[in-house]
Amino acid sequence: MLRMHVRAETSQIRPYIVCAVLRGITFDEASYNSFIDLQDKLHQNICRRRTLVAVGTHDLDTLEGPFTYEALPPPSINFVPLKQVKNFRADELMEFYKSDLKLKKFLHIIENSPVFPVLYDSRRTVLSLPPTKNVFIECTATDLRKANIVLNTLVTAFSTYCERKFEVEPVEVIYADGKSYICPDLSIYRMDVPVSYITDSIGVSLEAEEVTSLLQRMQLSAEESVSPDGKSKITVSIPPTRSDVLHPCDVMEDVAIAYGYNNIPKRKPASLKPLPLNQLSDLIRLEIATNGFTEVLTWILCSYKENFDMLNRKDDKSTAVIIGNPRSADFEVVRTSLMPGILKTVGQNKDHPKPIKIFEVGDVTLLDDSKDVGATNRRQLAALYCGTNSGFELIHGLVDRIMEVIGTPFVTVGDDSGYYIQLSDEPEFLPGRQASIIYKGKHFGNFGIVHPEVLNNFDIPDPCSFVELNIESFL
Amino acid sequence: MEEEAILSHLQDHEEIADSGQFAAEKGLDHDKVVNVIKSLHGYGYIVAQDIKRETLVLTEEGETYAAVGSPEIHLFMAIPPEGISREALEQRLDTSVFKIGCAQASKLKWVEYDKKKKIFSRQVQHVEDRVKDVLIQIKDGQAPGPEDVRALKTRKLIAPQIWKGYSVKKGPNYAPKRKTFATDFTRENMQRGDWKDLEFKGYNFSAKGQPLEGGHLHPLLKVRQQFKMIFQQMGFEEMPTNNFVESSFWNFDALFQPQQHPARDSHDTFFLRVPATTKELPEDYVERVKKVHELGGYGSRGYAYDWKREEANKNLLRTHTTAVSSRMLYLLAQKPFQPKKYFSIDRVFRNEAVDKTHLAEFHQIEGLVCDRGLTLGDLIGVLHDFFSRLGMSNLRFKPAYNPYTEPSMEIFSYHEGFKKWVEIGNSGIFRPEMLLPMGLPEDVSVIAWGLSLERPTMILYGVDNIRDLFGHKVDLGLIKRNPICRLGIY
Repeated sequence: MLRMHVRAETSQIRPYIVCAVLRGITFDEASYNSFIDLQDKLHQNICRRRTLVAVGTHDLDTLEGPFTYEALPPPSINFVPLKQVKNFRADELMEFYKSDLKLKKFLHIIENSPVFPVLYDSRRTVLSLPPTKNVFIECTATDLRKANIVLNTLVTAFSTYCERKFEVEPVEVIYADGKSYICPDLSIYRMDVPVSYITDSIGVSLEAEEVTSLLQRMQLSAEESVSPDGKSKITVSIPPTRSDVLHPCDVMEDVAIAYGYNNIPKRKPASLKPLPLNQLSDLIRLEIATNGFTEVLTWILCSYKENFDMLNRKDDKSTAVIIGNPRSADFEVVRTSLMPGILKTVGQNKDHPKPIKIFEVGDVTLLDDSKDVGATNRRQLAALYCGTNSGFELIHGLVDRIMEVIGTPFVTVGDDSGYYIQLSDEPEFLPGRQASIIYKGKHFGNFGIVHPEVLNNFDIPDPCSFVELNIESFL
Repeated sequence: MEEEAILSHLQDHEEIADSGQFAAEKGLDHDKVVNVIKSLHGYGYIVAQDIKRETLVLTEEGETYAAVGSPEIHLFMAIPPEGISREALEQRLDTSVFKIGCAQASKLKWVEYDKKKKIFSRQVQHVEDRVKDVLIQIKDGQAPGPEDVRALKTRKLIAPQIWKGYSVKKGPNYAPKRKTFATDFTRENMQRGDWKDLEFKGYNFSAKGQPLEGGHLHPLLKVRQQFKMIFQQMGFEEMPTNNFVESSFWNFDALFQPQQHPARDSHDTFFLRVPATTKELPEDYVERVKKVHELGGYGSRGYAYDWKREEANKNLLRTHTTAVSSRMLYLLAQKPFQPKKYFSIDRVFRNEAVDKTHLAEFHQIEGLVCDRGLTLGDLIGVLHDFFSRLGMSNLRFKPAYNPYTEPSMEIFSYHEGFKKWVEIGNSGIFRPEMLLPMGLPEDVSVIAWGLSLERPTMILYGVDNIRDLFGHKVDLGLIKRNPICRLGIY
């Protein structure tokens, strides 16, 4: 067995070394490039750009063991580096490589060290040339675990190209303190995992047999058995190629992958759904308040007169819910519109500085044969302006603003993709100064200057403009 | 102009001794000069001392005599050397000239009057119109003797006039030019970069700033928003409550409230004329409800009365949102069981007399938890969680009665301000006779509680009449001034 002797000085810079030999290896261009590529990737990742581990691969045929791993001051090291013909001293080489674009970024690793790590064969030939037939691989490192992982990765991957396939020749590493180790360490790591851990974590019910079968597909060999407390468990044999398996959860993941993530039944946690109508109402209320209107909250019950005659509206007996046992006229009907409440509020606040800008979002109730009780609520929005002028354009502006926050464009008459306004003829408004609002082809509200007769009925001395619309249309 | 004159004069001179003189010299209006002096004095640019002078001016009468001569002269001149009859003399002169002239001329002993013959005649040959002379003297600014002055004063031909002026010196804030105070910092200031030279007029920080225009949300609904947030943070889902019209079935019967119960009387409930009855009910469920009322079952002995469908069919305005809760629990029971936490805050209607703290319509807050194995301890726990978020963590529970909960508890909190225990809500566990006919599993319990929205709002905002807060008689100013509601934020 080849030997690698480690001198004590190496502990100053890179204390560890692991080695192996791949005999009778046949590389073609592709596999050789792949070999170099793997080293590069390992250097970049797990070796942390060679700071933790550095791999060297050498043509064993040009060398003669035993080898020594030493650390010497730079001027004492002399060799012909790769792709050069001249002999360099190590410190000269550092300077030389500073102009090399690729290598200069690795110089810092040893640049400031009083000693550079260097590998010699028995003839004091410095090892550094690429291998051809019998490859000697060494990894010097500050992290032994990682050095082993790197070496194992290389030899397990490329032993397939050896003359005797999958055969790796060991090397004995002897440290300055006399301790010696055989490398590479290709031992199997055995892990016990309770089956319930696997099934409970994934959320599927599997028998031990199914688990081992799934692990087999992931190239993890496992055996069923029973643990001392009578529970079913498996013993997993983790090969040197699986240094990522540290804990039973790594095994459990492999089971889940083999099972197929998309096959795992879902178990939904509790979560809440909002009520769209209420959410929308609250958002709209906020938008209207943001536009300068003050919210009011008025009674749902009112008198027959307030709900119809006083608004110049006729009752065809098909809309309103009527109370059977009211104590007074104030409780005769359930409102079919927000208008009476809004107008009553204005009437009660005559001394309030003008302009008065108020709004309400609330339910009205209408008769409805399709409902089990024969009536339904409808969420409406109403707003009013009262001042020295009618404020008609302002209420119109509010309508536009509401449609803007709903995200609906103003379109030409007849276009169902947005909203448009048309002159209307409702009795509660002044003729010529009132309109219907058509939203996505449906008439869902009106606005206008409140008819002077109506204002009189509610004892309001100043002109008002009013809008009311059905916000359930926005759902 | 006046200001410039004064300030620039003071630059080179110690003082302006007499503002009147100064004004005359500079050709300025003395009144304007006086106003400027007062203003400059106020800002400390100058120090002004009052000067008062009394001068004499001619009255209107005095002016006349100064111009044309005194009446006594006219009288004297009108008497020929031989004398003249009174009548003739009167004719020659104006009435007032004659009257005054007579009085003065006889005083001066210029004329004499023979009463018997009614003839005026001269007593002296030559007279001088002293009055006119003195008046002219005074007019010219001369100062005649005190005797003459007194005489003229008595005849009201001259009057004293007080002339007020100032003597002026530099003040503590003197500057050759008055500094204009800025009242605002404008874009022009920014562009000109003259802000370094700006001196601001004093701002009155004890007055309030400009009131803002804007919109406002309703106080009661702000409180509702907070309660909603609290429920959501506790993991409760909102129930759809947009139906005021309800059948007696869902409002009472499904809740195991018997049909002869006082709450179902017309004096507490608004029954409807239109639509008077409900059109549709889940028939098989209705059967089970009928049975449990009449005969019992599910471990109960029932009420033992004749349950009437017509009674259940009667429509009303819901008296509590528990009607919605019963609908939701029924729906939950039709599916494989899943625990649920529900809440609602919406309007309910009671046909009661309206007063300061009671309304025909108000908002009920309701919360319920439906799960297996819930206990009274769970109810107390959830109530502690809920009410402590409102700042009420000192709770006590008293046995109470509800037709649909058993046990029932009234919830009390210790009010630090009132120094007494105050009722804050009602709660209980729904009776099996309510839950089991719905089809809920036997081991499922439903714990629930409720309170009104108006009461905590009134306590929070110190309102003692609910109609000040809710309804059309609210003062809009109150809504506008209402602060943000911090319930649930502690």
